[in-house]
Amino acid sequence: MGAANREIARGAVFSPVSTPASAIATLAWFILAITFTIFLIVSSLLTYSVIRFRARPGQEPREPPQLYGSNPIEFAWTAIPLLIVFVMVLTTIRTIFDVQAATEPPGAIHVRVIGHQWWWEFQYPDLGIVTANELHVPLSDPAHPTPTWIELESADVAHSFWVPRLAGKTDLIPNRINTMWIDPHEPGIYLGQCAEFCGTQHAMMLIRVVVESRPFFDQWVAAQRQAIAAQDAVARGRQVFETNACASCHTVKGTRAHGTYGPDLTHLMSRRTLGSGVATNTRDHLKIWVRDPALMKPGALMPAMNLSENDLDNLVAWMGTLK
Amino acid sequence: MAGSIDDRFPLSVRDSETASAVALPLASRLHEWVTTVDHKKLGLMYIGGGLVFFLVAGLQAATIRLQLAVPNAGIVSPQVFNRLLTLHGTAMVFLVGMPILTGFFNYLVPLMIGARDLAFPRLNAFGFWLWFFGSLLLYFSYIGGGGMEGAGSAPAVGWFAYAPLTETPFSRGHSTDYWILSILLASVGSTATAINLIATAFSMRCPGMTLNKMPVLVWLAVVDAGLMLVALPPLSAAQIMLLLDRYLGAHFFDTQAGGSALLWQHFFWIFGHPEVYVLVIPAFAFASEIIPVFSRKVIFGYEVMVAASCAIGFISLGVWAHHMFSVGLTPAGNAFFVTSTMLVSIPTGIKIFNWLGTMWGGRIHLRTPMLFAIAFLFQFLIAGLTGIMLGVAPFCWQLTDTYFVVAHFHYVLIGAILFMIFAAIYYWFPKATGRMLDERLGLWHFWLFLIGFHLTFDTLHFAGLAGMPRRIYTYQAGRGLESFNLIASVGVLFQALGMIVFVFDIVRSLQSGKLAGKDPWDAWTLEWSTASPPPEYNFEEVPRVHSRRPLWDLKHPEDPDWKYE
Repeated sequence: MGAANREIARGAVFSPVSTPASAIATLAWFILAITFTIFLIVSSLLTYSVIRFRARPGQEPREPPQLYGSNPIEFAWTAIPLLIVFVMVLTTIRTIFDVQAATEPPGAIHVRVIGHQWWWEFQYPDLGIVTANELHVPLSDPAHPTPTWIELESADVAHSFWVPRLAGKTDLIPNRINTMWIDPHEPGIYLGQCAEFCGTQHAMMLIRVVVESRPFFDQWVAAQRQAIAAQDAVARGRQVFETNACASCHTVKGTRAHGTYGPDLTHLMSRRTLGSGVATNTRDHLKIWVRDPALMKPGALMPAMNLSENDLDNLVAWMGTLK
Repeated sequence: MAGSIDDRFPLSVRDSETASAVALPLASRLHEWVTTVDHKKLGLMYIGGGLVFFLVAGLQAATIRLQLAVPNAGIVSPQVFNRLLTLHGTAMVFLVGMPILTGFFNYLVPLMIGARDLAFPRLNAFGFWLWFFGSLLLYFSYIGGGGMEGAGSAPAVGWFAYAPLTETPFSRGHSTDYWILSILLASVGSTATAINLIATAFSMRCPGMTLNKMPVLVWLAVVDAGLMLVALPPLSAAQIMLLLDRYLGAHFFDTQAGGSALLWQHFFWIFGHPEVYVLVIPAFAFASEIIPVFSRKVIFGYEVMVAASCAIGFISLGVWAHHMFSVGLTPAGNAFFVTSTMLVSIPTGIKIFNWLGTMWGGRIHLRTPMLFAIAFLFQFLIAGLTGIMLGVAPFCWQLTDTYFVVAHFHYVLIGAILFMIFAAIYYWFPKATGRMLDERLGLWHFWLFLIGFHLTFDTLHFAGLAGMPRRIYTYQAGRGLESFNLIASVGVLFQALGMIVFVFDIVRSLQSGKLAGKDPWDAWTLEWSTASPPPEYNFEEVPRVHSRRPLWDLKHPEDPDWKYE
């Protein structure tokens, strides 16, 4: 995975490239400044009192003066924190509304994200595209914003969509539709990951968000909308796919495979990874994956296909053409 | 004297210098512990049992850190890892934290209020045995969890067991049932203990001890028990509902039949957040006894301390959804829970300031219990401040379910609670056994554990900020997570060494520790006025008190407390 990770933009919570993440980072710095100041003051007082009032050898064994309390002091250290809390609550609430109650501008891209054990389905209802694990969104120019409005749902258990540089987390909860939005203003590939424990392969439910300028995005859209072309040289592999269990779980547009339980494979080879980020998407890895996904991703819900070596070669040759 | 008994009972262990009891054969002594209704024996059994489970769940944590020390490690499979994190979390809360803390209350509350026992001794024994067998059931899941269908396995649903992962389509076999039933039993036991503690504090106090003269620890035991009474039933109810889902076709949390996944989260955190305070309030209680004695000063602001504790108890019942900031609450809902969460910081701050006020102008003796208590003050301060960061909902959208949260709550559970448990063990061990723990070994334990704790949990904050989610069995190289994880895992070695020193100290001191006498710390509360260990009846005559520090009054007849209270 070293090669695939090199193209990923580094940084996390404190290097935001999208308005919701920036709003959070700004608030976070403010809160960090306040809490760090409190820490400095209180810990200095504690350190001072431990050193200053330490029992020393040779002191006369008398008890120190007993002090039972003081109402003015108690009032002071109740009132001052109350004021600090008041300020923090107000700034926090403002950021909550800025992020959560933002209105959708015209020209926004719509995406439905559906969480599955253990992969991501991305649907673009306006564009007629279904893909998996790699979300493509256009760059959003602050002058002419084209943010992406995301609806989140789950097909099975609770998941959470988290790409730290773009926005905070939003959970995907079965029987419920959540929303969030991003407006990335720097191109790049941003890594994210499921953040709610969802079973065996929770750790291997990675997200790649590909942010590219509008022309590149439009190119990608055009390519994704095409059905596959007939390829006579590898027709045998297509037949293996259509006549085995593959077709009952996966869709490949332009074939008889219309399954929706697993990822849409129409443009499989346009994606960078396999198995939601467990391996780079090469034919060798693909062959291992189809032979037995558990070799790469123990617990994955796709069963070992038990194909003959010949069928496997033909199948992978055909799948390699799904660009 | 001992010789003649040895002749009659050849199996008996030689009588120690102080023990007044007649040494009996092993079977009889075991029988005595199993059938006891004595609050001191039950308290020690809670603490001892909790410490055993602490070592087990601690080894599980060490395995987790071993797997995460380097990226893409294959020490354990994903399935085994998920069972480890589930049992580690569940056990540390229900099999370690709860019993050790209720064990201390069991032991101390009657002694501190001059009573012979808890109000309902047999209910107390009942609660202990429910907890004991419930706890065994949780670990028995490793053998019986698969049910009839196959080899056993433990639950792998996380300690919070979010629906619908716990429903039959996603959790087959019986492992989740073991999680439900064991915690259900332990919770019923804790509820019984809570009733018992409240009844005891309210009706068994010795003459002269008005509510206003109860030691702070007893006040906090009442607050703690009140929280248990309110917080545990929602969890028990939700667990029963989950059982109904799994076996009788109900659909409370079964999303495939229209149930609600969020409903479980609400139930769980209505329990789960007060539970944090159920665990941390005893730490406050120990600190409020230990810090004054080793600062040689009366607690600063007794009334404010008690009021702040009650306030924490009440407010903590209204903050649960701050565990759910990312589930898509409305902005107004988020704003409410931000506000209530921030409010908790005020009484919590008051407590820290009052402990500081107690130390201020005192004469601080840095014995082992006080060292742990001082570390507690610093670490609890940091835990509180990272808690404020998590209470800021937008910041929490980034931080929740990452290693930042893991670091934060381990700062609470270890940095605050476990450190105070160690302080309490060093402080009351002489009372319970008649022997002191070794001061030099105590220092080794303290420094090793302190270094290990900070290596592990300081760095994990940064792993979370760098984008590492919780509960992942591995992570990829090149994401900037390697050094944080390696340092965190190295810290485990220091903590483990500290624990070895601690266990060695206990075993050795039990046999040959320095004799403690009644009152080794020159302390002021009633438990130090009776023998160490106290006789079964606690006090030869019912004490009569005039102030919050009855032993201070005895030691300083010229300047007694009751003049100023």
